[in-house]
Amino acid sequence: MLKTPLNETHRKLGARMVDFGGWDMPVQYSGVIDEHNTVRNAVGLFDVSHMGELEVRGPEALNLVNYVSTNNAAKLKIGQAHYSGLLYEHGGFVDDILVHKVADDHYFLCVNASNQDKDFEHIVAHNKFQCEVENAGPRLAQIAVQGPKGPATLQKLTKTPLAPIKYYHFADGEVSGTAARIARTGYTGEDGFEIYIAPDQAPRIWDELMEAGREFGVKPIGLGARNTLRLECCMALYGHEIDASIQPFEAGLSWIVKMDKGDFVGRASLEKVEKAQSNRKLTGFTMKGRGIGRDGYEIQVDAANAGWVTSGGPSPTTGQNLGLCYVPVDKAAPGNTIQIMIRNQPVEAVTAATPFYKRAK
Amino acid sequence: MYPEHLLYTKDHEWVSVDGEVGTIGISKYAEQSLGDIVYVDVPKVGASVKAGKTLGSVESVKAVSDIYSPVSGEVTAVNEALATAPEKINEDPYELGWLAKIKLSSHDELKALMSAADYAKYLEGQ
Repeated sequence: MLKTPLNETHRKLGARMVDFGGWDMPVQYSGVIDEHNTVRNAVGLFDVSHMGELEVRGPEALNLVNYVSTNNAAKLKIGQAHYSGLLYEHGGFVDDILVHKVADDHYFLCVNASNQDKDFEHIVAHNKFQCEVENAGPRLAQIAVQGPKGPATLQKLTKTPLAPIKYYHFADGEVSGTAARIARTGYTGEDGFEIYIAPDQAPRIWDELMEAGREFGVKPIGLGARNTLRLECCMALYGHEIDASIQPFEAGLSWIVKMDKGDFVGRASLEKVEKAQSNRKLTGFTMKGRGIGRDGYEIQVDAANAGWVTSGGPSPTTGQNLGLCYVPVDKAAPGNTIQIMIRNQPVEAVTAATPFYKRAK
Repeated sequence: MYPEHLLYTKDHEWVSVDGEVGTIGISKYAEQSLGDIVYVDVPKVGASVKAGKTLGSVESVKAVSDIYSPVSGEVTAVNEALATAPEKINEDPYELGWLAKIKLSSHDELKALMSAADYAKYLEGQ
């Protein structure tokens, strides 16, 4: 099993560990609901060192990044990041990624843990631009500091001014004396940062962040709450809302596809889909009947198969049982009654507007 | 952690027998493994259940777990309070968090269950 540099730290903190795509990761510490609420109301620390990082360098780095991803990296300024997709030729997702522009000839990609090798090979296979592509995962640990008190917690440990770093921007600075890439990004819907540091520094930085956040009630957060937090904000999770069989338009991700930027892998297939229209669409749902619609459950309309739940469960912030699902396009607007098959029984749900949670500005 | 007056299954249910009626719940170990319980599904009063077969299910934030009945018989009562307060199972798995009461069809089945001491030993091997 793969381990992050914080594995011992999690065990000392009493985390319950699980096998997450081959990684030995904490699923919870104090309890999913308590951890969830801690991030919404104060600040939580996440070990996301399992995530992959790829560096793309060279005079034609922009051309390679723009050729393998769907968003237009030419629009990024140095120190800015955006969400994007890596697609196969057939238009399905290889992965969803964050692209950071470090310099005109240097881009930094944050990718999903279980996809990092596949992503690396995919990008290398399309590297007709003589770029250097580095799998930087092994030399980077990543800690997310998320929640309304996230900035105040992290600022105690760094001389890099955090206030000027806007949402989806980053700065190369230091945290407690060690080099750090400090990005105002996250997967929780709250303010906060994701920091990339050397693995051997991670246990020390983690402990110092726990100390710095003590006055705000900081807690370590496991994968359980990471999932409920992102689900309330309707952020996609690879393997659930998106995968190789799903293309961006049906997943509600047309905003990360810039068809007018020039050619990119998957574009020809998307052009056909754009004309023909997909027959299914991702939408939100909330349960009306008693029961919880969960990942993979079948959806029925008029007693016939009509789709499936991609992610579902109880939402600690709203108190509802809710989720995301694929349904026929004509059922995707909010307010349509659908049935979710729970242990062979249809239970009523209604399609709902997304996201379910948006933080107050 | 594991009250002496209860009998336990390998699937971490407990039963407390009072004459003809067995009260059923899940153990502290099960409650802690599941984490925050958010939903409970139990059969209706009058349903008949078989030992070792599904009695219902409990759901945590992350997962669904089946509950297997430790005994056979007829359901005579279910804990209605859990419909609105499933967290009672986490807070008090042996008293307020009981799931159902079953009129036993055979006391012989109880011999197959573990004492608190045996259950504690069994858990060490988990």
